[in-house]
Amino acid sequence: MTRQRWFTPWLLVAPAAVWLMVFSVWPSINTVILSFTNAKPLGGGWFTGLDNYDRLLNDSQLVDALINSIVYMMICLPLLTLLPLLMAILVEKKLPGITFFRTAFYTPVVASAVVVALIWGWLLDDRGMINGFAQWLGVIGEPLPFLTDRWLLLLSAISLTVWKGLGYYMIIYLSALGNVRRELHEAAAVDGAGPVRRFWSITVPGVRNTMLLISVLVSVSALRVFSELYVLSNGTGGPGGRDMSVVMLIQLYSRGLTGHLGYASALSIVLLVITIGPMLLLLRLNRRGA
Amino acid sequence: MRARRGGFNTISTREKAVRYALLLVVLALTISPFLWQLSTSLKSLDENIYTATPSFLPEHPTLDNYAGVADTIPVWSYALNSLTVAAIVVAGNLIGATLAGFALAKLRFRGAKLLFGLFLATLVLPGEVTIISQYVTVRGLGLADTLLGVALPGAIAMLNVLLMYTAFQAIPKEMDEAAVIDGATVWQRLRHIGLPNVRGMLSVVTIFSFIGAWDDFLWPLIVLNDPDNYTLTVGLQYLNGTFANNPRLIAAGTMISFLPIVILFATLQRFFFRGVAEGAIKG
Repeated sequence: MTRQRWFTPWLLVAPAAVWLMVFSVWPSINTVILSFTNAKPLGGGWFTGLDNYDRLLNDSQLVDALINSIVYMMICLPLLTLLPLLMAILVEKKLPGITFFRTAFYTPVVASAVVVALIWGWLLDDRGMINGFAQWLGVIGEPLPFLTDRWLLLLSAISLTVWKGLGYYMIIYLSALGNVRRELHEAAAVDGAGPVRRFWSITVPGVRNTMLLISVLVSVSALRVFSELYVLSNGTGGPGGRDMSVVMLIQLYSRGLTGHLGYASALSIVLLVITIGPMLLLLRLNRRGA
Repeated sequence: MRARRGGFNTISTREKAVRYALLLVVLALTISPFLWQLSTSLKSLDENIYTATPSFLPEHPTLDNYAGVADTIPVWSYALNSLTVAAIVVAGNLIGATLAGFALAKLRFRGAKLLFGLFLATLVLPGEVTIISQYVTVRGLGLADTLLGVALPGAIAMLNVLLMYTAFQAIPKEMDEAAVIDGATVWQRLRHIGLPNVRGMLSVVTIFSFIGAWDDFLWPLIVLNDPDNYTLTVGLQYLNGTFANNPRLIAAGTMISFLPIVILFATLQRFFFRGVAEGAIKG
């Protein structure tokens, strides 16, 4: 019987451990350090105390971004918690051809957010299909400014996020539905409970933990939104730059002449603070699940 | 009750009809935007795409727009850049995550618990929070504005280490113990017992790393400056910003980015669903 040499395991974990330190642990620490400096893409890097945090308090773009994030979350949360569950129930039964439907419903998830945003940008264009069709039907006279009005642009980005996310959460629900006991459904059906009644009193309680998990995932990803808003607004952040998300602000300050890496790091801390609540909840759920 | 009459496992014809009708409605909502874009990309310049009732099928299908994209931006070299980044990320994850996952799951060593805890802890941290300091690190390594700089941070993703750990963990202890008693070295145990039993998860890691790298936008946007170095997603946004006046070109560009992924996905979809179910923690 051989015994492994003491350093063999370390040799195997070494690459991953190095990556962990260089690209996760150190950047986490460095984000905090940088947030107290005036680091710029070119030069700078002196400690400036709380200057960046002072600036945060008076940043009207950040206020807009936080409002946008809250709106984003409030709309995504119910839609992406409920609709994918209904879709999962729809594709749960193994009907002929069901794999095709599952695959097709998942397609928006594998597409890049940039691709999806460009497709929707064309659909929602002043002269695009949605406006054209609505005008043809006579529902609207003038094209709706989906991409140039502050709130319409935000709503467009939200619909895009929802549309792109449905399939992902559907698959998570699908694996959870497998664990809901079939006998309960049968018993309830025998007792005369209709499909709607069975949905609320058996399916929903049965996937309760998954539902909580998904609502956390949805909230956090709504707070982290970037590509949809960036591409739909063509990098401008909408009229007056009022359709920025926090991540868009971080990106804005990361480069070019306006770049301010110190301030971008302070914004990163803001992002951490707003996502930490849902994330801690997720950790607790994971622990309970394990 | 209808359900009782039909029995629970057999579905009544009416329910079947309702289900298929709903499936078709959702199908239309899900894939018609892609088909619309594909159609737009095949429409010739003579065809009016701005009428109130544009036709779903191109009148005279043409590939001119695809050539047009290549005249406007170096789209094939962008695709090659994306492929390069994706290849580095896939290779890095296959090697790095497999080795670490195996060691954490099957070998006992001092500090393993602590290390494992650190891996887990980084999973709950949204990547965007550290993206600026990651950029500072990459720049410090002299890799700003390079493809290697884009690929490196994701070349061993902590989530993949965890996935490989789970897969190795699932191998029955007895199989491994027998090998240990026979005097197998760590390397032999990994090669002959470990790897053959985690093939499914290796596919999951491969596909997800590939798609993640291919689709990524924010990180390459931050790292890359020189338009020659752009990956496909950054290049498409550049095309959109500069040549927004011709939707046919943009449509052709999006299809160049989208089609390889959708073909890969359609071929390997069963691994996807497994991966989503098992990797759900990351989001």
